[in-house]
Amino acid sequence: MSNKTLGCHRIVKGYGEGEALVSNDAICFYLTDPKTGVVRERGHSLEGKSITGKVLVFSTGKASSAVQMDGLRKLMLNNALPAAMIVTNPELVLVSAAAILKIPLVDKLDQDPFGAIHSGDFVNVDATNATVTVKDGK
Amino acid sequence: MYLTPEESEILSGENGEGARIAMELLVAVGEGFEAQRMIPISRSHAASSGQEGDLFFVEMLAKGGAHCKIPTTTNPVVNFEYFEKIMDITEEEAEASVARKVKYYYEQIGAVMSQSCIPYLAENIPQYGEHVAFSESSATPYVNSVIGAFTNRESIQTALAAGIIGKTPEFGLHFPENRKGTVLVKVETEMKSSYDYSLLGQYVGKKVVNGIPVFEGILKRPTIDQYVNLCAMMNVTGAIPMFHIPGFTVEAKTTFEAFDGNSPIDKITVTRQELKETEDELQTTNGDVELIMLGCPHYNLDQLGDVAKLLRGKRIRSDITFWINTSATTKIMAERAGYLKILDEAGTRVITDTCIDMFCFNNLRGKTGMTDSPKCAYYRRFGNVRVGSLEECVAAAIEKV
Repeated sequence: MSNKTLGCHRIVKGYGEGEALVSNDAICFYLTDPKTGVVRERGHSLEGKSITGKVLVFSTGKASSAVQMDGLRKLMLNNALPAAMIVTNPELVLVSAAAILKIPLVDKLDQDPFGAIHSGDFVNVDATNATVTVKDGK
Repeated sequence: MYLTPEESEILSGENGEGARIAMELLVAVGEGFEAQRMIPISRSHAASSGQEGDLFFVEMLAKGGAHCKIPTTTNPVVNFEYFEKIMDITEEEAEASVARKVKYYYEQIGAVMSQSCIPYLAENIPQYGEHVAFSESSATPYVNSVIGAFTNRESIQTALAAGIIGKTPEFGLHFPENRKGTVLVKVETEMKSSYDYSLLGQYVGKKVVNGIPVFEGILKRPTIDQYVNLCAMMNVTGAIPMFHIPGFTVEAKTTFEAFDGNSPIDKITVTRQELKETEDELQTTNGDVELIMLGCPHYNLDQLGDVAKLLRGKRIRSDITFWINTSATTKIMAERAGYLKILDEAGTRVITDTCIDMFCFNNLRGKTGMTDSPKCAYYRRFGNVRVGSLEECVAAAIEKV
């Protein structure tokens, strides 16, 4: 077990922790099951996996200006939101939804998050103080 | 981020809770993107979805007494008056009640109830160089690229907040230097129809994801609906706020100018093969269909004219329902142009103020549908889906003579 703490840039303040779920693909939250958080989008690298309670590490958001907020709000109503989000390319529609629903969101980690964090690691995202701590899951 | 004394007052709640919430979101997003200040905008389009996320925010604004300061148009939700006549809405009460409340609260805050997803063609047209806040998949890239107005890819909520405050945080595409191309797209096939442009958008959105594509090899000026479909589809598979087709779109005459002399960070090539493969991605059947769904995005007047031309003197098969979604403004003009009479006689249902992604289409869930819109195929509320050009949709639906 090794621990590392990385600096980052705060986009939406707050604190969240959980198991990491990492995907290079852009995510459209409207295409997740609102009750279970399972990604339903055909061909997505997270298809069939649940984002609920996870620290989600991904590139960016995609799709219409409505659907991120609708998707995340439905997840929130079912207590099925991710714990926090780490992105490499923040995008306004996603940032807006995270800000309104108060989901901690950061970018610009000291290291490339796709190299530094692997699915199954335990991650603390302290967006307020701009730090991310990674506990190796292996 | 610097706020003027007046902006700080709004943020501290002195102008009411609704305005405070709107300002809080604009400041949060502005700080997330390291904006230095707010700038005034002249108009806004809030792509109201009529769903949970939309309700959550607009309800807070309305209950907090917020009111639109600048013209702020809305997207289609559901035409209750029409659907109450043809279905039992109470069976979908949960979703219907959300949609009803959304419309009510948008009216409360003084939005212009255009209920169109192509407002930039009629109800809410920005000018070249004007700073605005436009959400809606096709609207953002259309007003940036085809018109040359300045907007970021707004969410419904940031556009709505901007409509309330009359300002937006200054970052991203509000700066000319951020409006240059990033990826070169070489189009090596002739683009013949709106449907071809939809497939091109679907492919490019997926490949580029975020960025500003510059298209080379498009030799003929795209029609308005070809632009609309390209714009819409790039924001289904990706998040593309702007693009250039040098010689046609307004901000670059040459590829060199589109990239401001810099090298593209990536190059992709599109041939007929890529478009064919893209078409197959969303299709789940190629058999008989029970419904046709057109008008995602809303059909404009030219497109209603195209369908009328194809259906003149023909009949839709009695076992097929043929839906065409459009805006109220367009429908009035279609009536005056004589298109509506032909479409009615052929047996189509031309409906206004409605989005294909709403509960009113839930009763199509078990049915096989066909659409000329990959976006509709992606968000559809019916079962199996065929995707094809307008001509193919019409051919699949008319009575054989």
